[in-house]
Amino acid sequence: MASTGDLEPTHYPARRAAQVALHYLNTHHGSPFRVFGLQQVHKASAEDVEAGGRKYKLDFSVTDWASGSAGPALRCSADVLFPRTERHSAPDVKLRCEALQQINRTAQEEEAFYQKHITPDSAVSARDIPDSYGNMSEEMQPFWRLARVAASFIMLRESSENTEFNMAQVASVTQQESSEEQLMLEFVVLLHDLPSQEIVQWKLLASWSPDRGVRVLQTEWQPRCPHATKPPN
Amino acid sequence: TMKGSVISVLVVLALVDRLAGGLEHRSYDYTKYHTMDEISAWMNQMERENPDVVSSMIYGQTYENRNITLLKIGFKSTTPKKAVWMDCGIHAREWIAPAFCQHFVKEILGSYKTDSKVNTLFKNLDFYITPVLNMDGYIYSWKEYTTRLWRKSRSPGTGNCTCVGTDLNRNFYANWGMVGISRDCCSDIYNGPTALSEPEAKAVTDFLGAHQNEMLCYLTIHSYGQLILVPYGHPNISAPNYDELMEVGLAAAKAITAVHGKSYKVGTPPDILYANSGSSRDFARLIGIPYSFTFELRDEGNYGFILPEDQIQPTCEEAYHGAMSIINYVHDKNFKSAAIKVTATLWTTLTALWISSAKVF
Repeated sequence: MASTGDLEPTHYPARRAAQVALHYLNTHHGSPFRVFGLQQVHKASAEDVEAGGRKYKLDFSVTDWASGSAGPALRCSADVLFPRTERHSAPDVKLRCEALQQINRTAQEEEAFYQKHITPDSAVSARDIPDSYGNMSEEMQPFWRLARVAASFIMLRESSENTEFNMAQVASVTQQESSEEQLMLEFVVLLHDLPSQEIVQWKLLASWSPDRGVRVLQTEWQPRCPHATKPPN
Repeated sequence: TMKGSVISVLVVLALVDRLAGGLEHRSYDYTKYHTMDEISAWMNQMERENPDVVSSMIYGQTYENRNITLLKIGFKSTTPKKAVWMDCGIHAREWIAPAFCQHFVKEILGSYKTDSKVNTLFKNLDFYITPVLNMDGYIYSWKEYTTRLWRKSRSPGTGNCTCVGTDLNRNFYANWGMVGISRDCCSDIYNGPTALSEPEAKAVTDFLGAHQNEMLCYLTIHSYGQLILVPYGHPNISAPNYDELMEVGLAAAKAITAVHGKSYKVGTPPDILYANSGSSRDFARLIGIPYSFTFELRDEGNYGFILPEDQIQPTCEEAYHGAMSIINYVHDKNFKSAAIKVTATLWTTLTALWISSAKVF
Protein backbone atom coordinates (compact mmCIF):
# COMPACT_ATOMS: atom_id res chain seq x y z
CA MET A 1 0.00 0.00 0.00
CA ALA A 2 2.77 2.44 0.88
CA SER A 3 4.44 3.79 -2.24
CA THR A 4 8.08 4.70 -2.43
CA GLY A 5 9.25 7.58 -4.54
CA ASP A 6 7.27 10.61 -5.51
CA LEU A 7 3.99 11.13 -3.72
CA GLU A 8 0.92 12.94 -4.94
CA PRO A 9 1.01 16.24 -2.96
CA THR A 10 -2.78 16.40 -2.60
CA HIS A 11 -3.08 12.86 -1.28
CA TYR A 12 -3.19 12.08 2.40
CA PRO A 13 0.21 10.44 3.00
CA ALA A 14 2.01 13.64 2.06
CA ARG A 15 -0.49 15.78 3.95
CA ARG A 16 -0.17 13.72 7.14
CA ALA A 17 3.62 13.96 7.03
CA ALA A 18 3.35 17.71 6.41
CA GLN A 19 1.02 18.05 9.37
CA VAL A 20 3.68 16.41 11.54
CA ALA A 21 6.20 18.96 10.28
CA LEU A 22 3.66 21.68 11.16
CA HIS A 23 3.35 20.37 14.72
CA TYR A 24 7.14 20.52 14.97
CA LEU A 25 7.20 24.06 13.56
CA ASN A 26 4.61 25.21 16.08
CA THR A 27 6.45 23.70 19.04
CA HIS A 28 9.48 25.76 18.07
CA HIS A 29 7.95 28.95 16.72
CA GLY A 30 4.35 29.07 17.93
CA SER A 31 3.26 31.71 20.42
CA PRO A 32 0.10 33.35 21.77
CA PHE A 33 0.14 35.40 18.57
CA ARG A 34 1.39 32.88 16.08
CA VAL A 35 0.10 29.47 15.04
CA PHE A 36 1.09 27.97 11.71
CA GLY A 37 -1.24 26.00 9.49
CA LEU A 38 -0.55 24.02 6.35
CA GLN A 39 -1.39 25.90 3.20
CA GLN A 40 -0.25 23.51 0.52
CA VAL A 41 2.13 20.64 -0.16
CA HIS A 42 4.12 21.35 -3.31
CA LYS A 43 6.22 18.22 -3.59
CA ALA A 44 6.62 15.06 -1.57
CA SER A 45 8.46 11.78 -1.69
CA ALA A 46 8.93 8.87 0.67
CA GLU A 47 11.36 6.01 1.07
CA ASP A 48 11.89 3.16 3.45
CA VAL A 49 15.06 3.56 5.47
CA GLU A 50 17.38 1.10 7.24
CA ALA A 51 16.35 0.21 10.80
CA GLY A 52 12.79 -0.03 9.50
CA GLY A 53 11.34 3.42 9.26
CA ARG A 54 9.86 5.59 6.57
CA LYS A 55 11.25 8.97 5.65
CA TYR A 56 9.21 11.63 3.90
CA LYS A 57 10.80 14.56 2.11
CA LEU A 58 8.43 17.50 1.82
CA ASP A 59 8.27 20.87 0.13
CA PHE A 60 5.31 22.88 1.42
CA SER A 61 3.93 26.29 2.35
CA VAL A 62 2.50 27.44 5.65
CA THR A 63 0.50 30.42 6.80
CA ASP A 64 0.08 32.03 10.18
CA TRP A 65 -3.52 31.56 11.32
CA ALA A 66 -3.17 34.60 13.55
CA SER A 67 -2.75 36.91 10.58
CA GLY A 68 -5.77 35.49 8.79
CA SER A 69 -5.99 35.61 5.02
CA ALA A 70 -3.83 38.71 4.99
CA GLY A 71 -0.69 36.86 5.98
CA PRO A 72 2.02 35.75 3.56
CA ALA A 73 2.82 32.12 2.93
CA LEU A 74 6.17 30.80 4.15
CA ARG A 75 7.98 28.18 2.13
CA CYS A 76 9.34 25.22 4.11
CA SER A 77 11.07 21.93 3.50
CA ALA A 78 11.20 19.03 5.93
CA ASP A 79 12.36 15.48 6.42
CA VAL A 80 9.89 13.54 8.53
CA LEU A 81 10.97 10.11 9.73
CA PHE A 82 8.34 7.75 11.11
CA PRO A 83 10.12 5.00 13.01
CA ARG A 84 8.80 1.47 12.72
CA THR A 85 9.19 0.18 16.24
CA GLU A 86 7.21 -2.32 18.32
CA ARG A 87 5.87 0.34 20.58
CA HIS A 88 5.04 3.72 19.13
CA SER A 89 7.78 6.31 19.20
CA ALA A 90 7.61 9.90 18.11
CA PRO A 91 8.50 10.86 14.54
CA ASP A 92 11.73 12.72 13.93
CA VAL A 93 11.57 16.02 12.08
CA LYS A 94 14.21 18.15 10.40
CA LEU A 95 12.75 21.43 9.23
CA ARG A 96 13.84 24.51 7.33
CA CYS A 97 11.56 27.47 6.67
CA GLU A 98 12.51 30.60 4.80
CA ALA A 99 12.28 34.00 6.43
CA LEU A 100 11.21 32.58 9.81
CA GLN A 101 13.40 35.05 11.64
CA GLN A 102 11.81 37.96 9.82
CA ILE A 103 8.38 37.51 11.35
CA ASN A 104 8.81 39.39 14.57
CA ARG A 105 5.91 41.74 14.15
CA THR A 106 4.21 40.04 17.09
CA ALA A 107 6.93 40.93 19.63
CA GLN A 108 4.97 43.90 20.97
CA GLU A 109 1.73 42.00 21.42
CA GLU A 110 3.58 39.16 23.10
CA GLU A 111 5.26 41.49 25.55
CA ALA A 112 2.00 43.25 26.40
CA PHE A 113 0.23 39.92 26.89
CA TYR A 114 3.09 38.65 29.03
CA GLN A 115 3.16 41.71 31.24
CA LYS A 116 -0.60 41.60 31.71
CA HIS A 117 -0.64 38.03 32.95
CA ILE A 118 2.70 37.54 34.73
CA THR A 119 1.43 39.69 37.61
CA PRO A 120 0.62 37.69 40.77
CA ASP A 121 -3.06 38.65 40.74
CA SER A 122 -3.66 37.31 37.23
CA ALA A 123 -5.69 34.13 37.56
CA VAL A 124 -7.19 33.34 34.18
CA SER A 125 -9.67 30.52 34.16
CA ALA A 126 -12.05 29.61 31.36
CA ARG A 127 -13.90 26.70 29.78
CA ASP A 128 -14.85 25.66 26.26
CA ILE A 129 -12.79 27.80 23.94
CA PRO A 130 -14.28 28.32 21.46
CA ASP A 131 -17.84 27.78 22.64
CA SER A 132 -20.17 25.44 20.79
CA TYR A 133 -20.86 28.12 18.14
CA GLY A 134 -17.19 28.66 17.37
CA ASN A 135 -17.09 32.00 19.13
CA MET A 136 -14.34 33.13 21.44
CA SER A 137 -13.63 36.53 22.94
CA GLU A 138 -10.62 38.48 21.76
CA GLU A 139 -9.19 38.11 25.24
CA MET A 140 -9.25 34.33 24.93
CA GLN A 141 -7.61 34.11 21.50
CA PRO A 142 -3.99 34.15 22.74
CA PHE A 143 -4.87 31.44 25.25
CA TRP A 144 -6.43 29.33 22.50
CA ARG A 145 -3.26 29.75 20.45
CA LEU A 146 -1.07 28.85 23.43
CA ALA A 147 -3.15 25.73 23.96
CA ARG A 148 -2.81 24.90 20.26
CA VAL A 149 0.97 25.30 20.43
CA ALA A 150 1.23 23.26 23.63
CA ALA A 151 -1.05 20.63 22.10
CA SER A 152 1.38 20.46 19.18
CA PHE A 153 3.94 18.86 21.49
CA ILE A 154 1.46 16.07 22.16
CA MET A 155 0.24 15.81 18.58
CA LEU A 156 3.83 15.62 17.35
CA ARG A 157 4.69 12.91 19.84
CA GLU A 158 1.56 10.84 19.15
CA SER A 159 1.67 11.07 15.35
CA SER A 160 2.23 8.18 12.98
CA GLU A 161 1.52 7.59 9.31
CA ASN A 162 -1.95 6.45 10.40
CA THR A 163 -2.96 9.57 12.29
CA GLU A 164 -3.81 13.15 11.39
CA PHE A 165 -4.31 15.38 14.42
CA ASN A 166 -5.93 18.75 14.88
CA MET A 167 -7.07 20.46 18.05
CA ALA A 168 -10.87 20.40 18.23
CA GLN A 169 -11.38 22.57 21.29
CA VAL A 170 -9.81 23.81 24.50
CA ALA A 171 -11.91 22.27 27.24
CA SER A 172 -10.35 24.43 29.94
CA VAL A 173 -7.50 26.76 30.78
CA THR A 174 -6.45 27.46 34.36
CA GLN A 175 -3.59 29.76 35.13
CA GLN A 176 -1.19 28.43 37.73
CA GLU A 177 1.25 30.39 39.84
CA SER A 178 4.01 31.82 37.67
CA SER A 179 7.36 30.17 38.05
CA GLU A 180 10.82 31.39 37.03
CA GLU A 181 9.18 34.31 35.22
CA GLN A 182 7.18 31.94 33.04
CA LEU A 183 3.42 32.05 32.60
CA MET A 184 2.18 28.70 33.84
CA LEU A 185 -1.00 27.37 32.32
CA GLU A 186 -2.85 24.13 32.82
CA PHE A 187 -4.86 23.16 29.74
CA VAL A 188 -7.29 20.40 29.00
CA VAL A 189 -7.36 20.04 25.21
CA LEU A 190 -9.53 17.93 22.93
CA LEU A 191 -7.63 16.57 19.94
CA HIS A 192 -9.29 15.16 16.85
CA ASP A 193 -7.71 12.35 14.85
CA LEU A 194 -9.07 12.23 11.31
CA PRO A 195 -8.66 8.54 10.34
CA SER A 196 -10.20 7.17 13.55
CA GLN A 197 -12.46 10.20 14.02
CA GLU A 198 -11.71 9.94 17.73
CA ILE A 199 -11.67 12.84 20.15
CA VAL A 200 -8.73 12.38 22.49
CA GLN A 201 -8.49 14.35 25.71
CA TRP A 202 -5.20 15.46 27.27
CA LYS A 203 -4.42 17.53 30.34
CA LEU A 204 -1.15 19.39 30.16
CA LEU A 205 0.96 21.91 32.02
CA ALA A 206 2.74 24.45 29.83
CA SER A 207 4.98 27.43 30.42
CA TRP A 208 5.49 30.44 28.18
CA SER A 209 7.44 33.65 28.04
CA PRO A 210 8.44 35.78 25.06
CA ASP A 211 12.08 34.73 25.55
CA ARG A 212 11.70 31.02 26.18
CA GLY A 213 8.66 30.28 24.05
CA VAL A 214 6.29 27.42 24.88
CA ARG A 215 7.46 24.45 26.94
CA VAL A 216 5.32 21.52 27.99
CA LEU A 217 6.16 20.21 31.43
CA GLN A 218 3.55 17.55 32.05
CA THR A 219 1.02 15.69 29.96
CA GLU A 220 -1.68 13.30 31.08
CA TRP A 221 -4.05 11.38 28.85
CA GLN A 222 -7.61 11.54 30.15
CA PRO A 223 -10.35 9.04 29.43
CA ARG A 224 -13.53 10.48 27.94
CA CYS A 225 -15.86 7.62 28.74
CA PRO A 226 -15.99 6.39 32.34
CA HIS A 227 -15.04 2.84 31.40
CA ALA A 228 -12.27 3.51 28.86
CA THR A 229 -8.88 2.64 30.37
CA LYS A 230 -6.36 2.40 27.54
CA PRO A 231 -4.48 5.39 26.12
CA PRO A 232 -4.44 5.53 22.28
CA ASN A 233 -0.92 4.19 21.66
CA THR B 1 -58.26 50.70 33.92
CA MET B 2 -59.21 47.36 32.45
CA LYS B 3 -58.84 48.66 28.90
CA GLY B 4 -55.45 50.20 29.72
CA SER B 5 -54.08 46.97 31.15
CA VAL B 6 -55.42 44.95 28.18
CA ILE B 7 -53.66 47.33 25.80
CA SER B 8 -50.41 47.14 27.74
CA VAL B 9 -50.60 43.33 27.79
CA LEU B 10 -51.07 43.32 24.00
CA VAL B 11 -48.14 45.68 23.56
CA VAL B 12 -45.94 43.47 25.73
CA LEU B 13 -47.01 40.36 23.81
CA ALA B 14 -46.20 42.01 20.49
CA LEU B 15 -42.77 43.02 21.77
CA VAL B 16 -42.06 39.56 23.16
CA ASP B 17 -43.03 38.01 19.85
CA ARG B 18 -40.56 40.27 18.02
CA LEU B 19 -37.83 39.57 20.52
CA ALA B 20 -38.41 35.82 20.37
CA GLY B 21 -37.62 35.98 16.65
CA GLY B 22 -41.04 34.78 15.66
CA LEU B 23 -40.66 33.43 12.19
CA GLU B 24 -43.79 35.15 10.97
CA HIS B 25 -42.47 38.68 11.46
CA ARG B 26 -38.71 38.60 11.09
CA SER B 27 -36.38 36.72 8.74
CA TYR B 28 -34.71 33.49 9.78
CA ASP B 29 -31.06 34.04 10.61
CA TYR B 30 -29.09 31.82 8.22
CA THR B 31 -25.80 33.01 9.74
CA LYS B 32 -26.40 31.28 13.07
CA TYR B 33 -26.51 27.63 14.09
CA HIS B 34 -30.04 26.46 14.90
CA THR B 35 -31.51 23.88 17.23
CA MET B 36 -33.46 20.95 15.83
CA ASP B 37 -36.71 22.56 16.97
CA GLU B 38 -35.84 25.76 15.12
CA ILE B 39 -34.95 23.82 11.99
CA SER B 40 -38.19 21.82 12.12
CA ALA B 41 -40.19 25.03 12.53
CA TRP B 42 -38.27 26.56 9.64
CA MET B 43 -39.07 23.54 7.45
CA ASN B 44 -42.75 24.01 8.21
CA GLN B 45 -42.45 27.67 7.36
CA MET B 46 -40.76 26.93 4.01
CA GLU B 47 -43.61 24.59 3.15
CA ARG B 48 -46.30 27.03 4.26
CA GLU B 49 -44.80 30.02 2.45
CA ASN B 50 -44.06 28.17 -0.81
CA PRO B 51 -46.92 25.69 -1.21
CA ASP B 52 -46.65 25.52 -5.00
CA VAL B 53 -43.06 24.31 -4.95
CA VAL B 54 -42.40 22.82 -1.49
CA SER B 55 -43.83 19.76 0.19
CA SER B 56 -42.44 17.72 3.05
CA MET B 57 -42.13 13.97 3.32
CA ILE B 58 -41.48 11.81 6.36
CA TYR B 59 -39.45 8.84 5.22
CA GLY B 60 -38.42 7.12 8.42
CA GLN B 61 -37.90 7.34 12.17
CA THR B 62 -34.71 7.83 14.12
CA TYR B 63 -33.77 5.46 16.93
CA GLU B 64 -35.39 7.88 19.40
CA ASN B 65 -38.53 7.87 17.22
CA ARG B 66 -38.26 11.26 15.59
CA ASN B 67 -39.68 11.73 12.12
CA ILE B 68 -36.92 11.95 9.52
CA THR B 69 -38.23 14.63 7.18
CA LEU B 70 -37.16 15.98 3.84
CA LEU B 71 -38.34 18.93 1.76
CA LYS B 72 -39.31 18.10 -1.80
CA ILE B 73 -38.74 21.22 -3.89
CA GLY B 74 -39.63 21.82 -7.53
CA PHE B 75 -42.60 22.59 -9.76
CA LYS B 76 -45.33 20.08 -9.06
CA SER B 77 -45.92 17.50 -11.73
CA THR B 78 -48.37 14.67 -12.30
CA THR B 79 -45.66 12.55 -13.89
CA PRO B 80 -42.55 11.47 -11.96
CA LYS B 81 -39.60 13.82 -12.41
CA LYS B 82 -35.89 13.24 -12.30
CA ALA B 83 -34.42 14.21 -8.96
CA VAL B 84 -31.43 15.40 -6.96
CA TRP B 85 -30.87 14.25 -3.38
CA MET B 86 -29.08 16.21 -0.68
CA ASP B 87 -28.65 15.22 2.94
CA CYS B 88 -26.91 17.13 5.71
CA GLY B 89 -25.95 16.24 9.24
CA ILE B 90 -25.35 12.51 9.02
CA HIS B 91 -22.65 13.25 11.61
CA ALA B 92 -23.97 15.17 14.58
CA ARG B 93 -21.03 17.49 15.31
CA GLU B 94 -20.75 18.79 11.74
CA TRP B 95 -23.07 21.73 12.38
CA ILE B 96 -22.04 23.63 9.26
CA ALA B 97 -23.68 20.91 7.17
CA PRO B 98 -27.31 21.45 8.28
CA ALA B 99 -26.58 25.18 8.06
CA PHE B 100 -25.68 24.62 4.41
CA CYS B 101 -28.85 22.68 3.64
CA GLN B 102 -30.91 25.54 5.03
CA HIS B 103 -28.90 28.06 3.02
CA PHE B 104 -29.32 25.99 -0.14
CA VAL B 105 -33.09 25.81 0.29
CA LYS B 106 -33.27 29.54 0.95
CA GLU B 107 -31.24 30.29 -2.18
CA ILE B 108 -33.26 28.19 -4.60
CA LEU B 109 -36.58 29.32 -3.18
CA GLY B 110 -35.43 32.91 -3.40
CA SER B 111 -34.26 32.69 -7.00
CA TYR B 112 -36.46 30.26 -8.93
CA LYS B 113 -38.87 32.98 -10.02
CA THR B 114 -36.18 35.31 -11.34
CA ASP B 115 -33.22 33.13 -12.24
CA SER B 116 -33.94 31.25 -15.47
CA LYS B 117 -31.42 28.51 -14.69
CA VAL B 118 -32.95 27.73 -11.31
CA ASN B 119 -36.39 28.01 -12.87
CA THR B 120 -35.45 25.36 -15.41
CA LEU B 121 -34.10 23.15 -12.64
CA PHE B 122 -37.43 23.47 -10.82
CA LYS B 123 -39.22 22.52 -14.02
CA ASN B 124 -37.18 19.44 -14.85
CA LEU B 125 -36.09 18.23 -11.43
CA ASP B 126 -37.24 17.71 -7.89
CA PHE B 127 -34.84 18.42 -5.05
CA TYR B 128 -35.12 16.07 -2.07
CA ILE B 129 -33.35 17.83 0.79
CA THR B 130 -32.90 16.47 4.31
CA PRO B 131 -31.55 19.30 6.50
CA VAL B 132 -30.72 17.02 9.46
CA LEU B 133 -30.52 13.29 8.91
CA ASN B 134 -29.04 12.24 12.27
CA MET B 135 -31.56 14.16 14.37
CA ASP B 136 -30.91 12.22 17.58
CA GLY B 137 -27.17 12.84 17.36
CA TYR B 138 -27.64 16.49 16.42
CA ILE B 139 -29.92 17.13 19.36
CA TYR B 140 -27.46 15.33 21.65
CA SER B 141 -24.62 17.55 20.41
CA TRP B 142 -26.64 20.57 21.55
CA LYS B 143 -27.32 19.14 24.99
CA GLU B 144 -24.25 20.44 26.83
CA TYR B 145 -20.65 21.49 26.20
CA THR B 146 -19.34 17.99 26.77
CA THR B 147 -21.59 16.53 24.06
CA ARG B 148 -20.74 19.06 21.33
CA LEU B 149 -18.33 16.68 19.57
CA TRP B 150 -20.69 13.68 19.31
CA ARG B 151 -20.62 12.03 15.87
CA LYS B 152 -22.68 8.87 15.77
CA SER B 153 -26.32 7.88 16.10
CA ARG B 154 -27.82 7.39 19.57
CA SER B 155 -28.81 3.77 19.40
CA PRO B 156 -27.62 1.79 22.44
CA GLY B 157 -24.80 -0.70 22.25
CA THR B 158 -25.76 -4.33 21.66
CA GLY B 159 -24.47 -7.39 23.47
CA ASN B 160 -22.10 -6.47 26.29
CA CYS B 161 -21.32 -3.09 24.75
CA THR B 162 -21.66 -0.21 27.17
CA CYS B 163 -21.16 2.55 24.61
CA VAL B 164 -23.79 4.31 22.55
CA GLY B 165 -24.08 4.92 18.85
CA THR B 166 -23.12 3.73 15.40
CA ASP B 167 -21.33 5.72 12.71
CA LEU B 168 -24.17 6.13 10.22
CA ASN B 169 -21.69 6.71 7.41
CA ARG B 170 -20.21 3.25 7.90
CA ASN B 171 -23.55 1.50 8.26
CA PHE B 172 -24.75 1.41 4.63
CA TYR B 173 -24.81 -1.67 2.43
CA ALA B 174 -21.70 -0.70 0.48
CA ASN B 175 -18.79 -3.02 1.14
CA TRP B 176 -19.98 -2.90 4.72
CA GLY B 177 -17.31 -3.76 7.27
CA MET B 178 -14.47 -4.10 4.80
CA VAL B 179 -12.17 -1.17 5.53
CA GLY B 180 -11.92 2.01 7.59
CA ILE B 181 -14.24 0.79 10.31
CA SER B 182 -13.94 -0.46 13.88
CA ARG B 183 -15.70 -3.41 15.48
CA ASP B 184 -15.26 -1.73 18.86
CA CYS B 185 -18.70 -0.31 19.57
CA CYS B 186 -17.14 2.55 21.56
CA SER B 187 -15.27 3.73 18.46
CA ASP B 188 -16.40 6.75 16.50
CA ILE B 189 -16.21 4.67 13.33
CA TYR B 190 -18.13 1.68 14.70
CA ASN B 191 -20.08 0.41 11.72
CA GLY B 192 -22.92 -1.13 13.71
CA PRO B 193 -23.75 -4.71 14.69
CA THR B 194 -24.93 -5.34 11.12
CA ALA B 195 -25.28 -3.37 7.93
CA LEU B 196 -28.33 -1.12 8.03
CA SER B 197 -28.84 -1.74 11.75
CA GLU B 198 -29.55 1.98 12.10
CA PRO B 199 -33.05 3.20 11.18
CA GLU B 200 -31.61 6.45 9.81
CA ALA B 201 -29.46 4.57 7.31
CA LYS B 202 -32.37 2.29 6.49
CA ALA B 203 -34.65 5.26 5.82
CA VAL B 204 -32.24 6.71 3.26
CA THR B 205 -31.67 3.29 1.73
CA ASP B 206 -35.38 2.64 1.35
CA PHE B 207 -36.07 6.05 -0.14
CA LEU B 208 -33.22 5.89 -2.64
CA GLY B 209 -34.27 2.37 -3.56
CA ALA B 210 -37.85 3.48 -4.18
CA HIS B 211 -36.70 6.44 -6.29
CA GLN B 212 -33.76 4.75 -7.95
CA ASN B 213 -34.86 5.47 -11.50
CA GLU B 214 -35.49 9.15 -10.90
CA MET B 215 -32.38 9.95 -8.85
CA LEU B 216 -29.69 11.54 -10.99
CA CYS B 217 -27.45 12.95 -8.31
CA TYR B 218 -26.66 12.18 -4.67
CA LEU B 219 -24.98 14.84 -2.53
CA THR B 220 -24.13 14.30 1.12
CA ILE B 221 -22.78 17.22 3.16
CA HIS B 222 -20.18 16.90 5.93
CA SER B 223 -17.33 18.78 7.56
CA TYR B 224 -14.43 19.37 7.89
CA GLY B 225 -11.56 19.19 5.40
CA GLN B 226 -12.49 21.20 2.31
CA LEU B 227 -12.82 18.14 0.11
CA ILE B 228 -15.08 16.82 -2.62
CA LEU B 229 -15.05 13.04 -2.40
CA VAL B 230 -15.99 10.71 -5.24
CA PRO B 231 -16.78 7.00 -4.92
CA TYR B 232 -15.49 4.58 -3.74
CA GLY B 233 -14.08 4.49 -0.23
CA HIS B 234 -12.52 1.09 -0.87
CA PRO B 235 -9.03 1.34 -2.42
CA ASN B 236 -9.51 -1.57 -4.83
CA ILE B 237 -12.85 -0.57 -6.32
CA SER B 238 -13.30 2.06 -9.00
CA ALA B 239 -16.48 3.69 -10.17
CA PRO B 240 -16.99 3.10 -13.90
CA ASN B 241 -17.41 6.84 -14.46
CA TYR B 242 -14.49 7.84 -12.20
CA ASP B 243 -12.93 10.08 -14.84
CA GLU B 244 -16.15 11.96 -15.36
CA LEU B 245 -16.80 12.23 -11.62
CA MET B 246 -13.32 13.70 -11.16
CA GLU B 247 -13.92 16.17 -13.99
CA VAL B 248 -17.24 17.26 -12.50
CA GLY B 249 -15.74 17.41 -9.01
CA LEU B 250 -12.78 19.50 -10.15
CA ALA B 251 -15.12 21.92 -11.91
CA ALA B 252 -17.10 22.22 -8.69
CA ALA B 253 -13.92 22.87 -6.70
CA LYS B 254 -12.99 25.58 -9.18
CA ALA B 255 -16.42 27.16 -8.75
CA ILE B 256 -15.93 27.08 -4.97
CA THR B 257 -12.51 28.73 -5.11
CA ALA B 258 -13.89 31.52 -7.31
CA VAL B 259 -16.19 32.66 -4.50
CA HIS B 260 -13.83 33.27 -1.55
CA GLY B 261 -10.51 31.79 -2.59
CA LYS B 262 -10.79 28.61 -0.54
CA SER B 263 -9.24 25.54 -2.10
CA TYR B 264 -11.04 22.19 -2.03
CA LYS B 265 -9.30 18.97 -3.01
CA VAL B 266 -11.06 16.37 -5.15
CA GLY B 267 -10.56 12.62 -5.13
CA THR B 268 -11.55 9.28 -3.69
CA PRO B 269 -11.32 8.82 0.07
CA PRO B 270 -8.44 6.31 -0.19
CA ASP B 271 -6.50 8.97 -2.08
CA ILE B 272 -7.21 12.19 -0.24
CA LEU B 273 -8.68 11.22 3.12
CA TYR B 274 -8.67 7.59 4.30
CA ALA B 275 -10.11 4.34 3.05
CA ASN B 276 -13.57 3.54 4.34
CA SER B 277 -16.63 1.46 3.60
CA GLY B 278 -20.35 1.52 4.27
CA SER B 279 -20.77 5.16 3.32
CA SER B 280 -24.01 6.57 1.96
CA ARG B 281 -22.20 8.03 -1.03
CA ASP B 282 -20.85 4.62 -1.99
CA PHE B 283 -24.27 3.04 -1.56
CA ALA B 284 -25.84 5.64 -3.82
CA ARG B 285 -23.28 4.99 -6.53
CA LEU B 286 -23.59 1.22 -6.17
CA ILE B 287 -27.32 1.24 -6.80
CA GLY B 288 -26.70 3.21 -9.96
CA ILE B 289 -27.07 6.88 -9.09
CA PRO B 290 -24.40 8.09 -11.48
CA TYR B 291 -23.30 11.32 -9.78
CA SER B 292 -22.58 10.81 -6.12
CA PHE B 293 -20.40 13.16 -4.09
CA THR B 294 -19.49 13.91 -0.50
CA PHE B 295 -18.79 17.53 0.38
CA GLU B 296 -16.48 18.15 3.33
CA LEU B 297 -16.94 21.84 4.07
CA ARG B 298 -14.68 24.32 5.95
CA ASP B 299 -12.22 24.42 7.47
CA GLU B 300 -8.99 22.47 7.18
CA GLY B 301 -8.41 21.91 10.90
CA ASN B 302 -8.01 25.37 12.43
CA TYR B 303 -11.43 25.26 14.10
CA GLY B 304 -12.51 21.95 12.65
CA PHE B 305 -16.02 20.95 13.66
CA ILE B 306 -16.61 24.06 15.75
CA LEU B 307 -16.60 26.48 12.82
CA PRO B 308 -17.27 30.06 13.96
CA GLU B 309 -20.68 31.46 13.05
CA ASP B 310 -19.11 34.31 11.12
CA GLN B 311 -17.91 31.70 8.63
CA ILE B 312 -21.34 30.19 8.02
CA GLN B 313 -22.29 32.67 5.31
CA PRO B 314 -19.07 32.49 3.23
CA THR B 315 -18.86 28.70 3.62
CA CYS B 316 -22.44 28.27 2.45
CA GLU B 317 -21.95 30.69 -0.43
CA GLU B 318 -18.98 28.83 -1.83
CA ALA B 319 -20.52 25.40 -1.26
CA TYR B 320 -23.68 26.57 -3.02
CA HIS B 321 -21.69 27.36 -6.13
CA GLY B 322 -19.94 24.01 -5.89
CA ALA B 323 -23.19 22.10 -5.53
CA MET B 324 -24.85 24.07 -8.32
CA SER B 325 -21.92 23.40 -10.61
CA ILE B 326 -22.58 19.69 -10.21
CA ILE B 327 -26.36 19.98 -10.37
CA ASN B 328 -26.28 22.10 -13.53
CA TYR B 329 -23.90 19.66 -15.17
CA VAL B 330 -26.16 16.74 -14.30
CA HIS B 331 -29.24 18.63 -15.46
CA ASP B 332 -27.73 19.75 -18.76
CA LYS B 333 -26.51 16.26 -19.49
CA ASN B 334 -30.02 14.91 -19.07
CA PHE B 335 -32.07 17.75 -20.52
CA LYS B 336 -29.82 19.39 -23.12
CA SER B 337 -31.25 17.25 -25.91
CA ALA B 338 -34.72 18.58 -25.14
CA ALA B 339 -33.43 22.13 -25.52
CA ILE B 340 -31.73 21.26 -28.79
CA LYS B 341 -34.92 19.67 -30.10
CA VAL B 342 -36.91 22.80 -29.30
CA THR B 343 -34.29 25.03 -30.89
CA ALA B 344 -34.13 22.85 -34.03
CA THR B 345 -37.90 22.96 -34.42
CA LEU B 346 -37.82 26.73 -34.06
CA TRP B 347 -35.18 27.11 -36.78
CA THR B 348 -37.04 24.81 -39.11
CA THR B 349 -40.18 26.88 -38.65
CA LEU B 350 -38.35 30.17 -39.18
CA THR B 351 -36.56 28.88 -42.26
CA ALA B 352 -39.82 27.64 -43.73
CA LEU B 353 -41.41 31.01 -43.09
CA TRP B 354 -38.48 32.83 -44.71
CA ILE B 355 -38.55 30.59 -47.78
CA SER B 356 -42.29 30.98 -48.18
CA SER B 357 -42.05 34.74 -47.72
CA ALA B 358 -39.14 34.88 -50.22
CA LYS B 359 -41.31 33.11 -52.81
CA VAL B 360 -43.62 36.09 -52.82
CA PHE B 361 -40.92 38.08 -54.59
